[in-house]
Amino acid sequence: MAVEVILPRVDMDMATGKISKWHHKDGDKVAKGAALFEIETDKAAMEIDAPADGILRNIVVNEGSSAPVGSAVAWIYAEGEAVSAPAAMATPVAQAASAPKAPSASVAAAPVSNGEAPRATPLARRLARQAGLTLAAIAGSGPRGRIVAADVRSASEGKPVPAAMPATAVPGDGVQKLYAPGSFDVVPVDGMRRTIAARLTESKQTVPHFYLSVTCTLDTLLATRERLNAAAPKGADGKPLWKLSINDFIIKAMGAALQKVPAANVTWAGDAILRHRASDVGVAVAVDGGLFTPVIRSVETKTLTAISAEMKDLAAKARARRLVPSEYQGGTTAISNLGMYGIEQFTAIINPPQATILAVGSAVERFIPVKGQPVLASQIACTLSCDHRAVDGAVGAELLQAFRSLIEEPLLMLA
Amino acid sequence: MRELTYAQAIQEALAQAMDADPAVFLMGEDIGVYGGAFQVTGDLVHRYGEDRVMDAPISELGQAGVAVGAALAGCKPVLEFQFSDFATLAMEQIVNQAAKLRFMLGGKVNVPLVMRFPAGSGTGAAAQHSQSLDAWLAHVPGLKVVQPSTPADVKGMLLAAIDDPDPVMVFEHKLLYKMKGEVPEEPYRIPIGKAHVARPGRDVTVVATSIMVHKSLEAAETLAAEGIDVEVIDLRTLRPIDTATIIESVKKTSRLACVYEGVKTLGIGAEISARIAESEAFDYLDAPILRLGGAESPIPYNPELEKAAVPQVPGITEGLRNLVRGRM
Amino acid sequence: MNAVGQIKPNARPFYQRYSADQLKEALRRMYLIRRFEEGAEEAYMRGLIHGTMHLSIGQEGSAVGSTMALRTSDYITSTHRGHGHCIGKGADPKLMFAEFFGKEEGYCRGRGGSMHIADVATGNLGANGIVGGGLPIAVGAALAIKKQKRDDVAMCFFGDGASNEGAFHEALNMAAIWKLPVVFVCENNKYGMSVSTDRSMAVANIADRAAAYGMPGVIADGNSIADVEEAIAEAIARARRGDGPSLVECKTYRTRGHSRSDRNRYRTKEEIEEWKARDPIPHFESELMAHGIATEAEVNAIRESAEAEIAAGIEFARLGTDPDPSEVTRDVYSPEAA
Repeated sequence: MAVEVILPRVDMDMATGKISKWHHKDGDKVAKGAALFEIETDKAAMEIDAPADGILRNIVVNEGSSAPVGSAVAWIYAEGEAVSAPAAMATPVAQAASAPKAPSASVAAAPVSNGEAPRATPLARRLARQAGLTLAAIAGSGPRGRIVAADVRSASEGKPVPAAMPATAVPGDGVQKLYAPGSFDVVPVDGMRRTIAARLTESKQTVPHFYLSVTCTLDTLLATRERLNAAAPKGADGKPLWKLSINDFIIKAMGAALQKVPAANVTWAGDAILRHRASDVGVAVAVDGGLFTPVIRSVETKTLTAISAEMKDLAAKARARRLVPSEYQGGTTAISNLGMYGIEQFTAIINPPQATILAVGSAVERFIPVKGQPVLASQIACTLSCDHRAVDGAVGAELLQAFRSLIEEPLLMLA
Repeated sequence: MRELTYAQAIQEALAQAMDADPAVFLMGEDIGVYGGAFQVTGDLVHRYGEDRVMDAPISELGQAGVAVGAALAGCKPVLEFQFSDFATLAMEQIVNQAAKLRFMLGGKVNVPLVMRFPAGSGTGAAAQHSQSLDAWLAHVPGLKVVQPSTPADVKGMLLAAIDDPDPVMVFEHKLLYKMKGEVPEEPYRIPIGKAHVARPGRDVTVVATSIMVHKSLEAAETLAAEGIDVEVIDLRTLRPIDTATIIESVKKTSRLACVYEGVKTLGIGAEISARIAESEAFDYLDAPILRLGGAESPIPYNPELEKAAVPQVPGITEGLRNLVRGRM
Repeated sequence: MNAVGQIKPNARPFYQRYSADQLKEALRRMYLIRRFEEGAEEAYMRGLIHGTMHLSIGQEGSAVGSTMALRTSDYITSTHRGHGHCIGKGADPKLMFAEFFGKEEGYCRGRGGSMHIADVATGNLGANGIVGGGLPIAVGAALAIKKQKRDDVAMCFFGDGASNEGAFHEALNMAAIWKLPVVFVCENNKYGMSVSTDRSMAVANIADRAAAYGMPGVIADGNSIADVEEAIAEAIARARRGDGPSLVECKTYRTRGHSRSDRNRYRTKEEIEEWKARDPIPHFESELMAHGIATEAEVNAIRESAEAEIAAGIEFARLGTDPDPSEVTRDVYSPEAA
């Protein structure tokens, strides 16, 4: 029987071999142990000896061709033995290696967000996920503004974060490059600024705002205020015990209006709407470098003088940055009054989770037609921003209507 | 309960093991009449004879190979290296032979040997006699590596190691040899592969090895006065690592620190940190992971430099304080 | 059993001490080794075997001559070129092939391969991939023998290259100081891979090194099974008596390269041919026939029976069970461990 001449493995990592030279041709007499052909590997050429004595026949892998290790490349027949056709040709080796796979879309890098992703610990991320909170809306108290578990717990309990560590991060390089070097000063973003940025960005991006405006005539209110202030008894220090401001009336009116329109005294809670019993009214207080919105609780139960005193106290604390959590968070609505700056009308961004915010402009004297005659009146423009998820247009309008009637006839607040 | 030093506890374990099993014998350099470089074997040669307490020539590679061969042929050798640093001379037998024979032979043999390695710095012995090479050996599948930190632990773990059918490497910190502690008189075993909560706490998990367990406990006392409640886990075994105990602890404390004497980079702390980062405990981390390990240098001779080269109590205290106070 | 009566009185002791059956079995084992390695080589070239191998073709006289006087309870430690020692000690070639093919049926369940074939049941503590790795292990096994008060021996095979390793010197010294029953068998095949002993040693013989450790150092013709066996027999007897270790150097030659990737650039064809002419198998055959121990027909029958056993072994291995990749870490540790 003919002896197979196989392509031997000569290197450990060799799967195929290329025959670089045959020392004999078909029909040659070969001797066992004599060099028969040469294999070329990437390292060297190796001479392969004939495995038997006899006649070389049926060379199926020619010079320059490759074959897998172990395949027959020729046969050696005994002299006089009948020659048959090779049983099977050596499997040719694919010439072109399969093209490298193009990277699939799924392995492409995740899109890089333009804004700086909030830093947060794994635990903080998990707690925020569980509480349904967005990290961007939470102020980090850790180094470099990192949000830690305590920050998330505070946020989910409606408490303010503890005083933030000064952030050391430099503002985005990209923005700075737009301006001539030296033409600006870099003010580092502190925790409060970061909170304002995060919360209001979140609000404006995720809360569907709509706006309702109304003009209120203040003359009755101003007269009432004058009488009440004039009637204030003197304290031990000889000063009057109260001095009511227009804003105190606005706070009181808003608290009372919410009681009249309970459908507006709500907050959006994702899978539910919370309808609050008390009228907790936040009041924006500008401070150096930002603002706070302390909350006056249960306004409907408080007198104007109590509201006035509490507001003074909270504003002083806010400016000193000494508000405690219970004075700071929660509420169903808020009031932002820029009247003292001469702003006639503006709109405000809702402070989540509150559902409304009232933007109050300055008192303006103008002639209004009363029974066809021009009458001089003092008026303010008020714009209510509503979270449409919780407060529909009609509900917002009812609230604003109730508010206006209370402002225009303050005695109704006693009713 | 009566107290023994760490060295006495080892000696008692060796004696009890030899009493219980005639296959157990000791080999090492100067462990006979000299009593061992750290007086661990003491007078055992007089009690058990030179056949069971064998002084060997200074041939660490040869001794390690003899231990492997004797273990294959039915003995239970306990080999003492004079200093753990000399393991480097025997690496071939430890890593290629002891660790791999069972596996290479398809599980048809056991290699029940114990190697004891006096390790660590603090004795002024400088760079070639003070290393902590435990993580080197813990990198090798087939070996088990333990680092008992107390007299009671070293007795129980050494007896468990001698019982064990696999090769067990026992790292003994040289500064612990004179430490005293309560040690039960009867033979007992402390399981290999199980960590021990040396001090429960709420605020931070410290995984420490060997002498660093004691340093961490000292730091924990200082921090307790500041209202920081430190949990100290004595890892006890470097291979196999008791990941479950560490995960449970980190899920409770949300903070992890690893304190070890070996060189920090690529040390046991790296492995523990990675395991926590890979585990369910990742989602409970509320601070970065802190590693306090040996300096990136050989152990120096000068005593102040020597102290500076490995974690000390003030540094551990400060590191843990910063970790818990949110300053890192 | 003893066939002494048929043998000429001037025949060397080897032919007198063993029965005709024992000597014919020795020849059969030499064939088994030769055909095992040729079969393995062929399987490798066909791509059926995955790893490399180190063939000992030409060294069968040393392997069988060293092991034929051993008992099953004696130990051997072997080398990367260890197929001969393994078969000499009584291993079953089909289980060796199964190991070669990486099958669960193999001696090491496919985890060891050519370089780590062991058969603990026959006292073979394993071939070793580290040059010199087995030397101190054999000393340790001998220490256990002594402690257990047995009269067995530990035979330690190693090559000329290993005698330049520190482990060689440490092992010989320890065996000597403790008078342990070790027979150190150096198969000096002239080359540590490509570097000849002329270039790697300043003494002429490895046996010369025995003097440094206070033990006998003997040289045997490694291509003569009789010469090897007689030298080994004396070393074994000395070890069993409790007189300590010996070093026997078998001068021999591997006619194949160091491993499958060897291109034989460091030695001449003439040298290889010269040693091929001294092939230990035909040499032993002619001695057996000259002493009237075996006829030509018997020799041919022995050869054919060895070839049949090898062919059956390869077939057994091909049909073996492939290990389950999910069990990659099995046997790293003992399941008995806590």
